[in-house]
Amino acid sequence: MAGMNEDPLALLPEIFLLVGALSTLLAGSFLPRRRQWVARLVAAAALVAASVAAAVPLGDAPRTVWDGTFTVDTSTGVARLVAFLACLLVIGLGGDELAGDRRESETYTLLLLGTSGATVLAGASDLLVLLVGFFLASIPLYGIVGLARTPRAAEAAMKTYLLGALLGITLMLGVTLLYGLAGETSYAALSARLGDAPVSASLVGVTAVVGGLMFKAGAVPGHFWVPDAAQGAGGAAAAFLTSVPKVGALVALFRLVEMLPASVDARPLIGVLAVASMTLGNLAAFGQDDPRRLLGWSTVSQVGYLLVPVAVAGRTDLALPALLLYLAAYAVTNLTAFAVTSSLPAHRDLASYRGLAGARPWLAGGLVVALLGLVGTPPTVVFAGKVTVIAAAWDGGSAWLAVAVVVNTVVSLFYYLRWVAPAFARGEPVERTSPVAFVPRPWAGAVAVVTAVASLLLGLAAGPVWDLVAPVVGGG
Amino acid sequence: MLTVIVVLPLVAAVVLAGVPVPEGVARWSWLAVTAADLALVVGMWVAYDAPAAGALAYEEKVPWIPGVDSSYHVGVDGLSLPLVALTSVVFVACAIYALHGQDRPRAQAALFLFLQFTCLGLFVAADLLVFFVFFDLSIVAMYFVIAGWGHGETAARSALQFFLYTFLGSLALLLGFIGLYLLAEPHTFDMVVLANQAPAATAGVRGGLVLAAVLLGLAVKTPTVPFHTWLPPAHTDAPAVGSAVLAGVLLKMGTYGFVRIAMPMFPSAWRAWAWVVLAVGLISVLYGALVALAQTDIKRMIAYTSVNHMGYVVLAVGAAGLVSGSDDKARQVAVTGAVTQMVSHGLITAALFLLAGVLQDRAGTYQMGSYGGLAGPAPRFAGMFAVGAFASLGLPAFSGFIAEFQVFTGSIAATAWAAPALLGILVTAALFLRAIQQLLTGPTRGSSEGFADLRRTEATAVGSLLMLSLLVGVVPRPLLAVIEPAASVVVDAVQR
Repeated sequence: MAGMNEDPLALLPEIFLLVGALSTLLAGSFLPRRRQWVARLVAAAALVAASVAAAVPLGDAPRTVWDGTFTVDTSTGVARLVAFLACLLVIGLGGDELAGDRRESETYTLLLLGTSGATVLAGASDLLVLLVGFFLASIPLYGIVGLARTPRAAEAAMKTYLLGALLGITLMLGVTLLYGLAGETSYAALSARLGDAPVSASLVGVTAVVGGLMFKAGAVPGHFWVPDAAQGAGGAAAAFLTSVPKVGALVALFRLVEMLPASVDARPLIGVLAVASMTLGNLAAFGQDDPRRLLGWSTVSQVGYLLVPVAVAGRTDLALPALLLYLAAYAVTNLTAFAVTSSLPAHRDLASYRGLAGARPWLAGGLVVALLGLVGTPPTVVFAGKVTVIAAAWDGGSAWLAVAVVVNTVVSLFYYLRWVAPAFARGEPVERTSPVAFVPRPWAGAVAVVTAVASLLLGLAAGPVWDLVAPVVGGG
Repeated sequence: MLTVIVVLPLVAAVVLAGVPVPEGVARWSWLAVTAADLALVVGMWVAYDAPAAGALAYEEKVPWIPGVDSSYHVGVDGLSLPLVALTSVVFVACAIYALHGQDRPRAQAALFLFLQFTCLGLFVAADLLVFFVFFDLSIVAMYFVIAGWGHGETAARSALQFFLYTFLGSLALLLGFIGLYLLAEPHTFDMVVLANQAPAATAGVRGGLVLAAVLLGLAVKTPTVPFHTWLPPAHTDAPAVGSAVLAGVLLKMGTYGFVRIAMPMFPSAWRAWAWVVLAVGLISVLYGALVALAQTDIKRMIAYTSVNHMGYVVLAVGAAGLVSGSDDKARQVAVTGAVTQMVSHGLITAALFLLAGVLQDRAGTYQMGSYGGLAGPAPRFAGMFAVGAFASLGLPAFSGFIAEFQVFTGSIAATAWAAPALLGILVTAALFLRAIQQLLTGPTRGSSEGFADLRRTEATAVGSLLMLSLLVGVVPRPLLAVIEPAASVVVDAVQR
C-alpha cells in the first residue's frame, strides 16, 4: 500500500521500553543478587529515555502511522508520559521491597513490558493493534500479581488470569464481529462502514470490545480482580496494577467511543458502567479494614469517575482534556496512597495507623493529601480533574452523571475518613506516637512525600497542565 | 496587598508546622502574625475607596486554569471588606485567648493560621473556583480543629458529622458553580463577569435549578433550618477558640454567599424564590430562638442563638428580593442590615463562645444548672458575660441593635410577614436573662465555688471583641459608609 507512513520513530518510547526490558532481563541473569540494582538503574534509564521521547512530540499536530493503525497525538503523548512516570515511581516505591529479591530484575522486565502494552493500547487506532496492546499489557500483569508468592497473591493471580482470559476472549470475539461487519479493522474504516451494518450486531461487537477494556480499566464488570490483587500483591505491584493499565484502557476506550458512528452509540453503556463502578466501588470500600483492599475498591470507584468523560466523548470539547487531566491526577494521587501503605507493609488494618500523625507527621501528611485528594478536595490536582469531569458531563448533556459523581464523592468521604481519623486520633499512648512505633521504609516513604507534594503543586499549576492536555482536536 | 494579607498566615502556618520552635515562641508568633495581618487590614480599610458598581478595589488577577477561564482573582468591596476585618479581629482575639493554651500550641497555631488563610481567601475571592477552594479548605481545617482539640467523648463523631454535612453542602455548591459556569457565554468562573452578566436570568428552569443547588450549599453552611443539625454538636465538642472561629467567621461564609453570589448572579430566580428564602429566614429566627430557650447547656444555647441570628440575615436578603411593593431604599436598608448583622454576630458570638470556653476550662462543664452566683468569685467573668448577653439580645448602643434595627426596618417595609421575627428578639432576651440569672446571680454554689476569674489574656480577648461591638453600636457611620454603596449595588442587581 502506498504511503504506509512507516515511521519507526513514532514508536520510539515503546522501543525504549522493549529494549530496556530485554536489557534488564539479560543484565539480571548475569548479575549477582546483591548487584541487581544495576538492573533497576537500567529499567529507570529506559523509562526516563522513553519519557523524554514521549514529551518531545507533545506539541505537534496529531498524526497516524503504520497505515493508520497507531495514532500519535496529545492523548497518546499524555498517556505515555503518565504511564512512564507512574512506572518510574512504582520502581521507586518498590526500592526497599524489591531490592535483593530473587525476582528483582524479572519484576522490572514485567513492569516495563506491561507499561509498553498500556501505551500501545492508548495509541491504538486499529482493532488488531488494540488486541496486541491488550495482551502485551495483560500477560505481564498476571506475573506481577503472582510475584509475591503468598497464598493470597497466588489466588489473586489466578483470579486475574481467569478474568483476563475470559474478557480477552470477549474482546477477540468483538474484534472478529466488527471485522466481519465492516470488512476492516482500522478505526477510520469502522467509523465509515459500521453505520451501514446491522445495528444490533454492531452493538454486540462494540459491547464485547468494551467488556475487554473494562478488565484493563478495572471497572464494572471487569473489576473482580482489582481488590484481590491490590490486597494480595506486593506494594509496588499493587501500585502498578491500579494505575498504569487504567491509563491505557481509558484512552483506548475514549478513542473507540469517539470513533463509532451515531447509529452505534456506546455512550449510554459507558455512562451506566461509570455509575455502576463508582457506586459499587464506594459501597464495597465501606466495610474494608485492610487499607490495601480499601484502596483497591477505591480505584474501582475512581475508574467510574474516569469513565464519565468517556461517556460524553465527542459531545463537548471538555471531555478529552478532562479525561487526561483526571488520569494524570488520579495516577499521582493513587500512587501516593499506595506508597504510604508500601512504606508500612506490616500495618494491614486501619486501626494500626493510630498515632501515625504524632510519630511520622510527614507520612501522615502524605496520607491526608492522598485520601482527601482522592475525594477531590482542593487544591490537590484531582480537584481540578473532578471539576472538569463534572463540567464535561453537564456540558455533554449528561447532567445525571454529574449528579452521580457528586453523590458518590460524598459517600466516598466516609471510608477515606475512616482511615484518616485513626492516623490523627488524639490521646494515643506515647508508644504509638513515638517515632519508633512507625518505621517507614525509606524509598516508599520518600515517594509518598514526593507524590503528595506533586499532587498539591500540580493542583496549583492546573493551568499549565490543562494547556498540556487541551489542544487535542483539530490539526492533521 | 490583598495577596499579602491572605498569604501571610499561610506562610506562618507552614513555618510553624515545619520548624520545631518552643511552645512559647509558637504562641507568641501566632499572635504576632495575626496582629500584623490585622494591621495590614486596617491600613487597607483606611486607604479604601469604594469601587464603582460591579468592580472591586485592590483587585488582583492571575490566570489559574485558563482552559476553563478560572483565575486567581481577588478584590474587596463593601460586602467583603467588613468581613475581612472581622476575620482578622476574631483570629487576633483567638490568638490572645490561646496564649495560655497547653495542648500542642505549635500545631494549634499552625492550624489556626491556616484556617485564617482560608477564611480571608474566601472573602476576597472573585472567582467561583477560588471561592470553592477556600470554602472546602476551611471545612478540612475546621475538621482537624474539632477532631484534634475538641473535648468530650464525642469529639471525633461530631467532627465527622460536621465534615460530612458541610462537605455535602459544599458539593451542592460546586454543582451550582459548574452550572453557572456552563450557563455563562462565554463559559467563565469569574464572579465579576458573572454578576454583571447574570447568565441565569435567561435560563428559565435550569437557572432555577442551579440557584437551588447554590442555595442548598449556602443554607447548610449558614446554617438555616432545616439544615442546622450539624451545628450544636460541632460547637459542643469544639474547643473555645474553634467555636469562636466557627460561629464568628465560618458561618458568615454562607450568608456572604447569599449577597455575593446568589443575589447578583440569579436576579430573576432570586425574586421568584424570595418568599421561600424569607420563610426559611423567619422559621430559623423563631425556631432557633425557641430551641435555644430549651437548652440547659450554655454552649448549645449560644449555638442555637446563632441559628436565630443568622436567620435575621436570611430574612433580610429574602425581603430584598421582594421587588414589588417596596422601594429601593427599604431593600437597601435590609441588605445593609444583613451585612452589619454578619459583622456584629461575629464579634459578639465569638466573645460569648470564648467565655463559655472559660467555664469548661475551670469547671469542666457547660451545664448552666451546675453554676450559680458566679458574680461573687468571678466578677470580671460576670461583667463580660452580662455585657455579651445584652449585646447579643440587641440592646441599643451595641452593634446588634444597629444591625437588627436595619434588618427589621428594611424587611417589614418590604412585607408585613417579616414582623413575626420580632418575637425572636423577645425570646432571645428571655433566654439570655435567664442564663445571666442562673450563672451569675444568687448564692455561690456548685461549680462556681473556687472559680478562678478571667486571666488577663482571656479578658483582653473577650473585652476587645465586646469593645468593638460597642464601638460599632455607638459610632456605626464608618462601617455603614462602607457597606451601603455595596448594598445598593446588590439591590440594583436583583432588580434586573
